[in-house]
Amino acid sequence: MRVAIVRSPLDPSALLAEVAASANGASVLFVGTVRDTNEGRAVEGIEYTAYESMAARELEAIVSEAASRFETDDIVAEHRVGALAIGDASVVIAVAHPHRAQAYDASRYVIEELKRRVPIWKREAYVDGTREWVDPTATRTEVAS
Amino acid sequence: MTITALLFASYAEAFGCDRLELEVPDGSTVGDFLQRLRGMDRDGRLPPAPLIAVNERYARQDRVLRAGDEVAVIPAVAGG
Repeated sequence: MRVAIVRSPLDPSALLAEVAASANGASVLFVGTVRDTNEGRAVEGIEYTAYESMAARELEAIVSEAASRFETDDIVAEHRVGALAIGDASVVIAVAHPHRAQAYDASRYVIEELKRRVPIWKREAYVDGTREWVDPTATRTEVAS
Repeated sequence: MTITALLFASYAEAFGCDRLELEVPDGSTVGDFLQRLRGMDRDGRLPPAPLIAVNERYARQDRVLRAGDEVAVIPAVAGG
């Protein structure tokens, strides 16, 4: 198990290689990337900031929970902070397990808990020149589609 | 006693700084501390019950503070 909050670009294939072991029959790689649209607004990039010491501690706790719940120690997770461009990876989670069901479940557990608990924030820069902190708990006015 | 407040993201912008030292009476709780902080929140940016971490761990409003504690006031997280 390993976690990190990093400033440099993430390397998903390196994390995938890190969890490989001859006893594992399944590896799941999750890569979260910056997309070009959010809530109908054209996004130019995202600046991530973190309470870095707590973010690392909380992410480590989540990975430990996943390890004991899904019975594998082969989990690594990295989150990037700083200014990211469209398509850049912001988070990478690699999980390996003897069986696929637990590998998928552990991967899902880590990303969902990360989004709920790890103190990281993002400020989106929009193509129209404005910037805003993203608040996933804010009431959203959905446009009917 | 002196308590250090850490402010992040939208809260840091609202207060114009990312770190504050506040004097509070001995025996103060997280809730008491938030009352003090709210007095300095001219724009009313703090929600009624913001997430709080004491010394890097999430804490409840009734948690009693000790001198030197680092209290982080945490806006809605948005990692991933």
